[in-house]
Amino acid sequence: MDIREYCRPKSIEEAYELLCSEGAAIIGGGAFLNLGDRQLSKAVDIGDLDLSFIKEDESRVEIGAASTLRDIELNDITRQAFEGVLSKTAASIMGVQLRNVATLGGTIYGKYGFSDMITTLLALNAQVELYKAGAMSLESYLNREHEKDIILKVSIEKEVTKVFYEGVRKTGTDFSMLNAAAAMVDGEFRLCIGSRPGRAKLAKGAMNFLNGIDSAKGSAGIAAILASEELTFGTDARASDTYRKELCKTLVRHCVTEVLE
Amino acid sequence: MKEVNKSIPKKEGLGLSFGKPAYTDDLAPRDSLIVKVLRSPFAFARIKDIRTEAAEKLEGIKCVLTYRNVPRNIVTRAGQGYPEPSPHDKFIFDKYVRYIGDEVAAVAAENEAAALEALKLIEVDYEILEPVLDYEKAVDHPSVIHPEKEAHEMFPIGYKPERNIAAEYHMSFGDMEEALDKCEYVVTERYYTQAQNHTAMETHTSLAYVDLQGRLTIVSSTQTPFHARRIAAEALGLPIEQIRVIKPRIGGGYGGKQSLHGEFITALTALRTGRPAKLVYTREEVFEASYTRHPMRIDVTIGADRDANIKAIDMKVLSNTGAYGEHALTVFMVAGSKTLPLYNKAEAVSFGGTVVYTNTTPAGAFRGYGAIQGNFALESTIDILAENIGIDPMEFRTRNMIKEGESSPVFRIMGEGTEGVDMVMESCKLDYCMKRAMELSGWKDKSKRRRQNGKKIKGIGGAIAMQGSGIPCIDMGSAVLKLNDGGFFNLMIGATDIGTGSDTILAQIAAETLGVSTDKIAVYSSDTDLTPFDCGAYASSTTYVSGNAVQKAAMKMKAQIEAAAADRLGLLTEESEFDGEAIWAKDRSKSISLKELSTELYYSYKQKQLLVCGSYCGEISPPPFMAGFAEIEIDIETGKIDLVDYTAVVDCGVTINPKLALIQVEGGLVQGIGMTLYEDVKRTEEGRLLTNDFIKYKIPTRKEINKLTVEFAESYEPTGPHGAKSVGEIGIDTPPAAIANAIYNAVGVRFTKLPITPEDVLLALKKKAFDMD
Amino acid sequence: MNISFRINGTNKNVDIKPGELLYDVLKSIGISSVKKACETSSCGVCTVLLDGRPIASCSYLAAKAHGHEITTIEGVSREAEILGSLMNSEGAIQCGFCTPGFMLTVIAMKRELQNPDEQAIKNYLVSNLCRCSGYEGQLRAVKLYMEVPQ
Ligand SMILES: Cc1cc2nc3c(=O)[nH]c(=O)nc-3n(C[C@H](O)[C@H](O)[C@H](O)COP(=O)(O)OP(=O)(O)OC[C@H]3O[C@@H](n4cnc5c(N)ncnc54)[C@H](O)[C@@H]3O)c2cc1C
Ligand code: FES
Ligand code: FES
Repeated sequence: MDIREYCRPKSIEEAYELLCSEGAAIIGGGAFLNLGDRQLSKAVDIGDLDLSFIKEDESRVEIGAASTLRDIELNDITRQAFEGVLSKTAASIMGVQLRNVATLGGTIYGKYGFSDMITTLLALNAQVELYKAGAMSLESYLNREHEKDIILKVSIEKEVTKVFYEGVRKTGTDFSMLNAAAAMVDGEFRLCIGSRPGRAKLAKGAMNFLNGIDSAKGSAGIAAILASEELTFGTDARASDTYRKELCKTLVRHCVTEVLE
Repeated sequence: MKEVNKSIPKKEGLGLSFGKPAYTDDLAPRDSLIVKVLRSPFAFARIKDIRTEAAEKLEGIKCVLTYRNVPRNIVTRAGQGYPEPSPHDKFIFDKYVRYIGDEVAAVAAENEAAALEALKLIEVDYEILEPVLDYEKAVDHPSVIHPEKEAHEMFPIGYKPERNIAAEYHMSFGDMEEALDKCEYVVTERYYTQAQNHTAMETHTSLAYVDLQGRLTIVSSTQTPFHARRIAAEALGLPIEQIRVIKPRIGGGYGGKQSLHGEFITALTALRTGRPAKLVYTREEVFEASYTRHPMRIDVTIGADRDANIKAIDMKVLSNTGAYGEHALTVFMVAGSKTLPLYNKAEAVSFGGTVVYTNTTPAGAFRGYGAIQGNFALESTIDILAENIGIDPMEFRTRNMIKEGESSPVFRIMGEGTEGVDMVMESCKLDYCMKRAMELSGWKDKSKRRRQNGKKIKGIGGAIAMQGSGIPCIDMGSAVLKLNDGGFFNLMIGATDIGTGSDTILAQIAAETLGVSTDKIAVYSSDTDLTPFDCGAYASSTTYVSGNAVQKAAMKMKAQIEAAAADRLGLLTEESEFDGEAIWAKDRSKSISLKELSTELYYSYKQKQLLVCGSYCGEISPPPFMAGFAEIEIDIETGKIDLVDYTAVVDCGVTINPKLALIQVEGGLVQGIGMTLYEDVKRTEEGRLLTNDFIKYKIPTRKEINKLTVEFAESYEPTGPHGAKSVGEIGIDTPPAAIANAIYNAVGVRFTKLPITPEDVLLALKKKAFDMD
Repeated sequence: MNISFRINGTNKNVDIKPGELLYDVLKSIGISSVKKACETSSCGVCTVLLDGRPIASCSYLAAKAHGHEITTIEGVSREAEILGSLMNSEGAIQCGFCTPGFMLTVIAMKRELQNPDEQAIKNYLVSNLCRCSGYEGQLRAVKLYMEVPQ
């Protein structure tokens, strides 16, 4: 990585100011940034901004943007809340070396198609809080144009009664060829598919169907077909669109079945 | 046996685990120039013009090399016996670039940043040519990949560059038509294997400097230092006496470092600048621009009579050597020569095919060396045939496979690029391996029924394999053994320890022969100035070939010690006997300890140095054998295949060091498993490699390896050092066929193309409209 | 820019380029034990401990190490000696290129996990690739090591 200046701001205001200059970027864990041949005029390290926390109250769980995937995996709150799905999702990603470094902020900001965490968070209807743009749903954040801002934290309302995540990988350290998560949030069914290989998306048609029916019987299979038909799938070095579509049916069936149980 | 068949820890093991400086990059002087290579962005192009002035002017740039300012000598980079059976088709740099990643130019700079910057400043005008990317269309393609007039073969290997043919070979015995006519059952099938990458953890690294005497020293992560010296001399146009090659510790090879990589470039840089220069490949360069396994298309026909006797085997191969022909002929021949003898009672056997050039990353040597490709095809077909006959596939194998005391005409007909040698299997415990592996894996129970557990189905399948132990009549190893005062020895060997532990096992062989303990042997390998010739670490040769050389040297040394002691004790030579500690008169009347004798020899009594050399070139190449069984579990909803257990029972003769032999087999198995299930190679339509890093090219992690069950057969090879054969390659051969057979046994779908991915499995299952109930 | 960190128990002050990676800085201060094999956080060969936790030094900005404690195999010599001997007895050090990074990860695991079962061990070590050994020998050594009293 080619970095002209490395800054460790002491306040968020300062960090934002630095970020606004041409060619500046936030450094979370820096693990993903390192993959590209990036040139930065300023690298703005958010390590001193107290953004590494995981806390909860009666109504929500909050995770600071500088928390690492390993923090999320090991923290008692994330291991218990939402049936431990955040911890489980984090634990499925690569190895400890990466999880000790990769941050939640970097994960969200990157909007990576292969992301497992985004899939789960989207199913949980997580909110993202940005310094400038304020709070918004993760879904709206993902649909926004990339804008310079600082992700401060992610929060999840404790309205989730049931949730399930699953990804299929070739080997223990691969990206998911497809991943999916389903959740019952405030009585509403949410279903999200990622690594298509495009960015994770809610399967709205399947969700509508699931939310509109009374009996759960056979609905997993129908939801699977609906989701696989409404979403688009692509081909890359990992898997073909055809295979992903098939996997989508399988994973949706599993997720829906688990959540309806 | 005191010192062999004993798991002595590797001599350098602890030092390596502490990360002591040991590998090529660790040894580079601090002021080494950093060399970087500009690589072709096109699969096939001619360089019309190349402008390097801007790069040369950049601060910190010491040297820029292109085809215009380097010697133009055509060589093969394949580290093989000389004259090589590979075509000479490679210049250091050429006007033509033949694959994405081919060398266009190199720069040497004071630091990496400057070198990378300079690469960007080199301007190249390319005339883009139509590439040959599909190897099934390479022969007589309008694009000729090697139009240069200098390209040539060293002896007839069927070289026809104008037709994109790098090598061709055919052999047969018996009357195929007649034999097939007699067969009640005949199966024909076509198989494909992929361009697996070695992925040694240490990327290809070379360092060169000019020493005090003005000689060129090349330190390189090479498996073949002596071949490297010869080839570098040829390419650089230097007298060979001007070159020294040092092989330090190597971070994994598996065949990938059996061909030269950056050595020409670092050598030229050092010669031009007078400065040490190093080139460390990036992982991407390893994937795109080193070597791969030869992808092959193999057509197999096997016929058996009514009583399940194999009567005829026909194997036709199309092999893709990529842009250059390293190991083209020999890897392809081994696909037959190290599989066909398994079923030695066939009356008619034919083998043949073509190795073609394409505009893809060159293929080269890779553990298994063609045998793994051939084994996949042969051993899959055996299962198909057994099913057609209605016989248990293991019974079918047992009935037809080679046994101790038997031979195969293939041994005589096929060598590596030349004729082979006749040999009788003096040690072949294949029947035991088969029986024991069936027991250990639970074949009898597990093969009978398809075991289902929810959405998962288990299956078991097996295969047998053979390899060789060095290349007979061609490859030579040698050893120098020196006695020191105090009674310890230096063992100097050209044999190339690339992580295999050969330094330790060769010391064990010397110790056993001398009767001393292994810690009395200090080992040094390998350095073309200081150690005697050895062909290098390939063809499973080190234990057998170099081991025999060590044994010979040690026998000579023992005789010299006994002679010196006899002289000292006033005995006839025949009357003295060395027992490892002391030299005794045979009647036990007097003795002198080795320690005393050796110290006197150097300081006080008839002073002289005891130093011996032994060399060995095998007349035969006794094959190790094995039986491998894979138990797998298929998730029929995702197509994912989990390997439950892999059982291997191996006959490699006496295991000189059982723990090290075990790891050789386990490591080989996992590479074979990787090739079978995970290591997918994808390119764009333009021929750019997509799977060019560890994020996309997936080698097995420890999570994929559930359980390996490995045992050795009791076996003794009379021609081997203390009964040993080889064990370096055999482990890799069976997984493709065994796993494919297991998948078939589980779900009834036959896969004939590697790797077998979850995608292939799920889509095939769907196609078959597989019904769980 | 200037950063200071502790390396194997001693304080170190170094001038670095802002974009420099920890791996390169460690090399430049003469630590030979850390190797690199992938540059993409994928193989574990370049593992060092940052405040006791394994990270991939090939993908970690040196600037981020400012104020932290870095440990390489040289800094855990007692544990390395025990684990290294166990590994060597199992024949599990083949080319050895992956070994220092692997051993550091195992040492961190032992400090972090209590009585991990085989699956937990594999999960912890999953991104430590080894192309030579086939992993089983490493596992045999690790199981023995986990039994050694701290
Ligand atoms: C080899 C490898 C394999 C991986 N495999 C998986 C996988 O299987 N599944 C998975 O889900 N993920 C995977 N990841 C991604 C990983 O989980 C992280 O998402 C990724 O590393 C980004 O986190 P980081 O902290 O390293 O981000 P950085 O590299 O620091 O930053 C990434 C981007 O986010 C920006 N950024 C960082 N923090 C903030 C912030 N607080 N506010 C605004 N912008 C910010 C940066 O400027 C940069 O553009 C993998 C990553 C690697 C390197
Ligand atoms: S070199 Fe850093 S993880 Fe591979
Ligand atoms: S010992 Fe060679 S990679 Fe692990």
